[in-house]
Amino acid sequence: MSNSAWSRREILKHGMLGVAGVAGLTAAGISTAATARSGSHSDDPQHAGTAHANGGAHKPGLSATVGQVTRGSIDPAAFLEHFDYGSVSILPDGRVLREYRISAVDVDIEVAPGVMFAAWAYNGQVPGPTLRATEGDVARVHFTNAGSHAHTLHFHGIHAARMDGVFEVVYPGEQFTYEFTARPAGLQLYHCHAVPLKRHIAKGLYGTFIIDPKVPRPPAREMVMVLNGFDTNFDAKNEVYAVNTVPFAYHHRPITVVKGELQRIYMVNILEFDLINSMHLHGNFFTLFRTGAVSSSEFTDTVMFCQGERHILEFTYEETGPFMFHAHQSEFAELGWMGVFDVVDGEVTA
Amino acid sequence: MNAGRWWWGLVPLAFLAGLVLLVTRTGVLDRLRGDFPPVEELTVTRTVLSPDRIELHVVNGGPEPSTVAQVIVDDAFWAFTIAPSNTIPRLGRAVITLTYPWVEHETHVIKLLTSTGLTFESEIAVAVVTPTTRGSIGVFTLIGIYVGVLPVLIGLLFLPLLRRLSREWFEFMLALTAGLLLFLGVDALAEAVELAAQVAPAFQGIPLVLLGALGTWLLLRMVSGQKSLADDAPGRFSVAWLVALGIGLHNLGEGLAIGSAYAVGEASLGAFLVVGFMLHNTTEGLAIVAPVAHDRPSLGTLAGMGALAGIPTVFGAWIGGTAFSPMLATLFLAIGVGAIAQVLVALFRMFGRSGQSVWRPSTAGGVLAGLLLMYATGLLVA
Repeated sequence: MSNSAWSRREILKHGMLGVAGVAGLTAAGISTAATARSGSHSDDPQHAGTAHANGGAHKPGLSATVGQVTRGSIDPAAFLEHFDYGSVSILPDGRVLREYRISAVDVDIEVAPGVMFAAWAYNGQVPGPTLRATEGDVARVHFTNAGSHAHTLHFHGIHAARMDGVFEVVYPGEQFTYEFTARPAGLQLYHCHAVPLKRHIAKGLYGTFIIDPKVPRPPAREMVMVLNGFDTNFDAKNEVYAVNTVPFAYHHRPITVVKGELQRIYMVNILEFDLINSMHLHGNFFTLFRTGAVSSSEFTDTVMFCQGERHILEFTYEETGPFMFHAHQSEFAELGWMGVFDVVDGEVTA
Repeated sequence: MNAGRWWWGLVPLAFLAGLVLLVTRTGVLDRLRGDFPPVEELTVTRTVLSPDRIELHVVNGGPEPSTVAQVIVDDAFWAFTIAPSNTIPRLGRAVITLTYPWVEHETHVIKLLTSTGLTFESEIAVAVVTPTTRGSIGVFTLIGIYVGVLPVLIGLLFLPLLRRLSREWFEFMLALTAGLLLFLGVDALAEAVELAAQVAPAFQGIPLVLLGALGTWLLLRMVSGQKSLADDAPGRFSVAWLVALGIGLHNLGEGLAIGSAYAVGEASLGAFLVVGFMLHNTTEGLAIVAPVAHDRPSLGTLAGMGALAGIPTVFGAWIGGTAFSPMLATLFLAIGVGAIAQVLVALFRMFGRSGQSVWRPSTAGGVLAGLLLMYATGLLVA
């Protein structure tokens, strides 16, 4: 840029950059109060390597939230491996009946340390409980709307129109019982289908519904991961991205994985506002079962999801150490959708 | 007895206090407040960059305390510290510090995410290391002297010429001075209004401009009203001092702008630009001496006036480059506007004194010439 291109006005205007920009004096008293966090990397496995060894280069700092989520609706570690099989009984015709109780409530949850979000939640938790049945079982879901807005339960699957949770709107204080045969086998989801749809999903009304095939999948360590996000300032863009609601949850507290053990992730994308989401696994490849199909045709390390799309991922680690997994939209990753598998030696049980 | 009557003023005040108590204590406010979320208003007033480090100075201009829960830099949550506390009281301040590998000459966007989920955005348009006071005070001094002090002093050297002019031409020069000042006043007002937008809302930028400008003008009116201005030599001297003060405040604003422009790395105040500012500001010296041209001011007086008008440029450059505050800058500019307005009033009276119509060819032409001269020299720095 040549000097003569700078008008008096420009100079004045750029002077104003100083306001939101960079003019300023480092007030000594203040800068000492704000201490550096250079010592805080120890709990982050990916920082445990030699990344800091290059003396004169730029210090990368730390992409992370500060503090802990203490008022969340779920414990990410417990949620990861918890499945609700319902209360089981046998129908006269011999089929298995599974009854689930779901109520929609208004609840404030902490979606990033110190950031509260007025959520709508199934059973008070976001994501809702992970329901699980076997193909051919009869699922009976007792739904109560204890919230302040009209809601429904819309299951993905094959069922009757009036069990679809779209036109039978359940108003606050009302109940509705959904009943259908669990099919097809695979990885399904459920969410509210009351209008405006976008708001009801963004507020947190969704969950995973796993239908196991009649011939069980091979034994594996199983996990549920719901890819979601939160628009905390209502600008139709997410401020927070996460696996299972809490940003960086499995990054700050990595998921321990036993070397050589088969891992199976039920991964559901319900992210609102963004057109796509993705999953990338480090140092490994996974077998992909689209929509939880029984057979697979893909072996990859990165897969894309649109909203409502869900896949089963299976993999086994052959090396120990910390391995990241995250959205391959770097922005989502650094806004919370990243985690770490800490692969260790141990007894293989699955 | 005379003092006693003021007690009557306490009667309405006592009722007002009672009303405030009633409203705050009986829960009437709660009804008004309802269940609305708090309105928050955080403003980043200053950003300081040093290698791999960003420091943000934040002011809470909203009606309630506000808590900074997380900081997002370029769409990434980033570890930060905040002092003295992450809850900032109304009109309170805090400093946020981040270790961040910012990239020189590129743009960075920082969002503060509060406990209620609201975001407040601040842009670093062109990232460069913020100069520290110690490192660049010499540079700022030099810039201030070149564009402010020296040109004004040179302008003062028009004095011998002014003294030798015929009455018509002298009036013309006086009117030219008025034109110059009018131009500067409008310029300063525009700057003040533009800057006011960046003042934290609670500090009310535009009313601050009004307060600074009108307050200064009223104060000067009051002071100068007591000795009828410009009718005698002391009166003309006070006009000259006032001109110097007004120009000084304007130059302070100019210094602020230059200093902070330098601070963001636009040290492209190249030779051409400095020359332009010099020509532009030399006219300011002319404006100072015109009212007292026939009164034989002493060298010391002239130097004093020149210093009052020019040296603020240096201070402005220091402040602008190292500790810019939009609020103070707005206030200084507004004070300059008020001072210039009063000078214009005084000069206007000087035109009208001899019982003739005010707008003669010499005066109207002079004002117009002053405006044109400012516009033309302004083009030089364009």
